[in-house]
Amino acid sequence: MTDLPLLKVRDVSKFYGSRIGCTNVSFDLWPGEVLAIVGESGSGKTTLLNCLSTRLMPSTGSVEYHMRDQSYRELYHMSEAERRFLMRTDWGFVHQNPADGLRMTVSAGANVGERLMAVGDRHYGRIRATASDWLERVEISTDRIDDQPRAFSGGMRQRLQIARNLVTGPRLVFMDEPTGGLDVSVQARLLDLVRGLVNDLGLSAIVVTHDLAVARLLSHRMMVMKDGLVIEQGLTDRVLDDPREPYTQLLVSSILQV
Amino acid sequence: MATPLVVSEVFKSFTMHLRDGLRLPVVADVNFSVASGECVVLGGPSGIGKSSILKMLYGNYAVDSGQILVAHHERIIDIASAVPRTVLEVRRDTLGYVSQFLRTVPRVPALDVVAEPLVARGTSAEEARARAADVLARLNLPKDLWQLPPATFSGGEQQRVNIARGFITDHSVLLLDEPTASLDAANRKVVVEMIRAKKDAGVALLGIFHDEEVREAVASRILDVSQFSPRKAAA
Repeated sequence: MTDLPLLKVRDVSKFYGSRIGCTNVSFDLWPGEVLAIVGESGSGKTTLLNCLSTRLMPSTGSVEYHMRDQSYRELYHMSEAERRFLMRTDWGFVHQNPADGLRMTVSAGANVGERLMAVGDRHYGRIRATASDWLERVEISTDRIDDQPRAFSGGMRQRLQIARNLVTGPRLVFMDEPTGGLDVSVQARLLDLVRGLVNDLGLSAIVVTHDLAVARLLSHRMMVMKDGLVIEQGLTDRVLDDPREPYTQLLVSSILQV
Repeated sequence: MATPLVVSEVFKSFTMHLRDGLRLPVVADVNFSVASGECVVLGGPSGIGKSSILKMLYGNYAVDSGQILVAHHERIIDIASAVPRTVLEVRRDTLGYVSQFLRTVPRVPALDVVAEPLVARGTSAEEARARAADVLARLNLPKDLWQLPPATFSGGEQQRVNIARGFITDHSVLLLDEPTASLDAANRKVVVEMIRAKKDAGVALLGIFHDEEVREAVASRILDVSQFSPRKAAA
């Protein structure tokens, strides 16, 4: 365990005109740590995720990232090109809707290979071999390598999106409701897969979800958001077993028992 | 290192915001310590706060005030105030917990569930699985179940997976929440032997055992939790 945070977030706020997206969010994310951001729709969790991942410029605050060369860089002081390069190589972003993160009209293999080419790999055979290896890791049969994701089921598309994101060996992955819209058996498979990959690769991840069971299974730490504010945070077990804030108690008590 | 667990002046209550802020005191002024090689058994009637104490020690419950000190790699960590990643590090290396029920992860086979704490500490998957197989065999879990996820196992089978997972590492502090509750006599005996082996190895154990026979067999001393009852303190 290195003793420097991967991401340092200080007082990040985002206003849409006079409306609040999220306010005064500060935290450190450590290497190997999985942070879940939970809250109901409109609580600001996706706004926050977008502010952290350079997809949306925050109104105030700073987000510093620990680069591979050990320096800290303020994300919003980087050039657009540098930010894009970071996004393509050291980071991953898994969208709720796989169509937002995949290119639907090129083959599954090319979807995975494209990220490799972005980091400079030019050897076709090697790219194809790596792509095929990653399809296997996310449990997509390799004889589908030349098919377009259009022809895939929702669960397969989501797994393909994960492969595309992880192929470059990122250190930080953002996930926005990665299991949203999937049926439960597919969800379980995906969660197990993500959990295994995160453990094996030692990734850090920030996962936005409204599903507390997903948060319990995947995350070490949890932040609960309401009306743009982080109202409670801590060890995932602690927040779920001993919620302190009224809203967190309401969330936890609303989980359906099977 | 002789006293790896010290609990000092711990108070705990629940505030139920959904019930108009009803405040439920759980325990007050909890003070005790557990030495290496000792198995302290929490005693007292149901609802007195025994499980809550274990959950506070493991970091699942927050405390209102007080300290929970654990000797972790030559350092003393206060679980009550430590940040999440420190709590997780202490859990990985020092502080083990066998809960009453197994929280199963879909699709992960029993053998890997048991091997996981070793893998998390850097043991190779192969060696971890071999050691997991040893523990599961010792606990008489039928071999044809090892490759199956424990979700469909019986209560006793799940509990043995849970015990195996908790006992496989050489954590220096071990919390046990009724580990023998749903076991038959033969397997209870195995668990008693495993607890004795941990004591001999210098592990500090703190547990809840409702089964009198097991309690007699493992307890170094009984700690009566009713002395920490907030009702008594208020009176």
